[in-house]
Parts: sequence; structure tokens; C-alpha cells
Amino acid sequence: MSRRVVTFIILFTLWCIFSGMFDAFHLSLGVISCLIVTLISGDLIFKNKKVTAEHVREGINFIKYIPWLLYQILLANIHLAYLVLHPKMPIEPSVIQYKSKLKKDISKVVFANSIILTPGTITMDITENNEFIVHCISQKVADDLYTGEMEERVAHVFNEDIKRSE
Amino acid sequence: MILLEYFLNFVIIVLLFLGIFFFFTATLGLLRFPDFYCKLQATGKGDTLGAILILLGVVVYILKEDFSFATFLVTLKILFIIFFIFHANPTATHAITKAGLDSGIIPLTKEDLKK
Amino acid sequence: METFFILTIVFLGLMVILCLYRAVFGPTVMDRIVAVGVIGTKTTIILVLLGIYYKRIEMFVDISLAYALLNFITTLAAAKFFRVRRSIFPGVKFLKDRRQTNDSA
Repeated sequence: MSRRVVTFIILFTLWCIFSGMFDAFHLSLGVISCLIVTLISGDLIFKNKKVTAEHVREGINFIKYIPWLLYQILLANIHLAYLVLHPKMPIEPSVIQYKSKLKKDISKVVFANSIILTPGTITMDITENNEFIVHCISQKVADDLYTGEMEERVAHVFNEDIKRSE
Repeated sequence: MILLEYFLNFVIIVLLFLGIFFFFTATLGLLRFPDFYCKLQATGKGDTLGAILILLGVVVYILKEDFSFATFLVTLKILFIIFFIFHANPTATHAITKAGLDSGIIPLTKEDLKK
Repeated sequence: METFFILTIVFLGLMVILCLYRAVFGPTVMDRIVAVGVIGTKTTIILVLLGIYYKRIEMFVDISLAYALLNFITTLAAAKFFRVRRSIFPGVKFLKDRRQTNDSA
């Protein structure tokens, strides 16, 4: 399917949810405004011209990835609560570099956001030769990041082969 | 039926309480941590989970009170807010971190804290 | 049940006041931006809960959604702005820097 058709369908679904009125007047207004937006900026959501089964599979894989991420967020918050409520605040902040093998832009974005949401780490910068500069709040979480479990999961979601280069 | 209602009330109270707790830890971290980047650690995680939990509690409450098409639309809107916060909060955190790095705020290290 | 929601609103309001401390007395500009972003997230939640209190949830959810979007854009814009300019009064700092370099030269 062409990407403009898919963009129109997504926009119109959002219109129906947000407006909440299903008479002819409001629906026709929605069709007109969605058409205008699709004509002007229909190339923003999808990069390729055609939307294929690949996109659908990535979407389903991403939804499967979310429960694990939510579990990680819960762990992160418990870890954070321990650090904050501890009277002495046992933190040892450090800045590390993590060389990643991810290629696509979208997988880099998802990986950076996942790093922020997992225990004790935030992404500070992504350099041009694919190095993630990560701020860690203690040495243990840095070791957790170096095991590379999350990178493998993200690579699986977006169907990338990260073991190829080594 | 009464039992189900008690159970749902319990679920809502637990969700709201956990949400308040994680918001509280995020706020306390914002006040207590010594370094700009450590403060971001607290807010980026705590706010996301706190907002998700409280909004989930609201979703359960609305569906429990009145299960109809109108409330279903409201639920979809709240789920969209959850989706948006889930994506926007880490992105905003990353943007502020990068801005701080570029404007020359030097991160504290272990050795600085020992002094 | 309603009481519990009101209590939640009160607690969130107290936390907003705690965050205001950081927004007012924050040592750097970036701390203030973080604090304002955190207050915005809390306000989004408070708006939804107020909708339950006033029994007009379908109206307040729209306001809350708009507030969430605006909050995100505010944070991004402020971060982008202060990435280049280090403080609200850039002239003062730059003048001081220039004077120092002149002295050393």
C-alpha cells in the first residue's frame, strides 16, 4: 500500500477517537482536514514509498518488546527509590562509552530511549561513529549494559543482524 | 458482583498509591541528588512510571463506573496520553541531557564525591 | 473512592511545590528546565484527576492531552535554546570572558 493511504487511515482513526462525534458533518470535516494534511506532509511517518509486511512485523515485534521494557522500568524505579531513600545515597556516577552495532535510525532511537528507561543509565549523546555516551549512576548498572541483552532485543525487533560484523 | 467491585477498588487504590510513591521518589531525587545528570536520572524514570500507573488507575475507575461507548472513547484518549508520555518523557530527558552536555556542564565523578 | 482521588490531587500539588524549589533556586538554567518539565507532567495528571472530581472527564482529558503535547514542545524548545546560549544573561558572561582574555593578553 502507498504510504499516503496508510497515513490517511492513521490520521482518520485519530480524528474519530478525538472528536467522538459520528454524524455526517463532523466526519466530512475530518475527511477534508486529513486529506489536506496527507497531501502536504504525507511523507513524514514512513520513510519508504510503500508500506509492506515488514512494517507490520516490526510493529508486532515492538508490541511484544513493551512488556519486557515495562518490567525494566519497574526495576529501574525500585532501584531509584532505594538510592533516593537511602540516607547516605550510595551513588558513584561515571560516564562510559558503548559501541553499538545497530544501523537503522529507528532502532538507534528505540535503543537510546530504552537505555534511559532502564536502571541507572541515561544516554547523553550518540556520536557519528555509532558510540553511545552513557551516564551511569553506579558501576553495577554499567556492567549490566555491557552484557548487551537489550541491544540484542532491539535488534530482534527491527530485524537487524548485529553479530555479522564480528 | 460486590466482590468484583471490591477487587477493582483495591486495584485502583494500589495503582494510585504506587504512582504517588514513584512521583515522590522522583521529586525527592530532583531535590537531593548533587549533580545535574543524576537529577535527570531520577526524573526521567520516576515520572514516566508514576504517570503510567496513575492514568491506568483512572482508566480502571472510568470503566468500572460506567461501561459504554462514550467512556470507551475517553479510555482510548487516556491510553493515547499514556503512549505519548511513554515516548515523550525519555526523548525530552535526552534532549535536556544533550543540551547540558553542549552548554558545558561537567558530570560529577566518583572522585569528586569523595572530597 | 472520590476522596482518594482528591487526596491524590493534594499530594501531587504538594510535590509541585517541592519541585518549585528547584525551579526557583536551581543552580543552573538546565536544572530549572528539568523542574519545569516535571511540573508539567504532574499537571497533566492533575488535570485528568480534576476531570473525575468535576464529573466532566471527557472535557478535561482533551485539555490534559493538549497540555502534555505543549509541555513536550516547551521542554524541547528551551533545551534547544539554552544549548547555544549558556544563561539568560549571555552578555554578562561573555563580557567577563572577554575581559579575562584581554587581561591575559
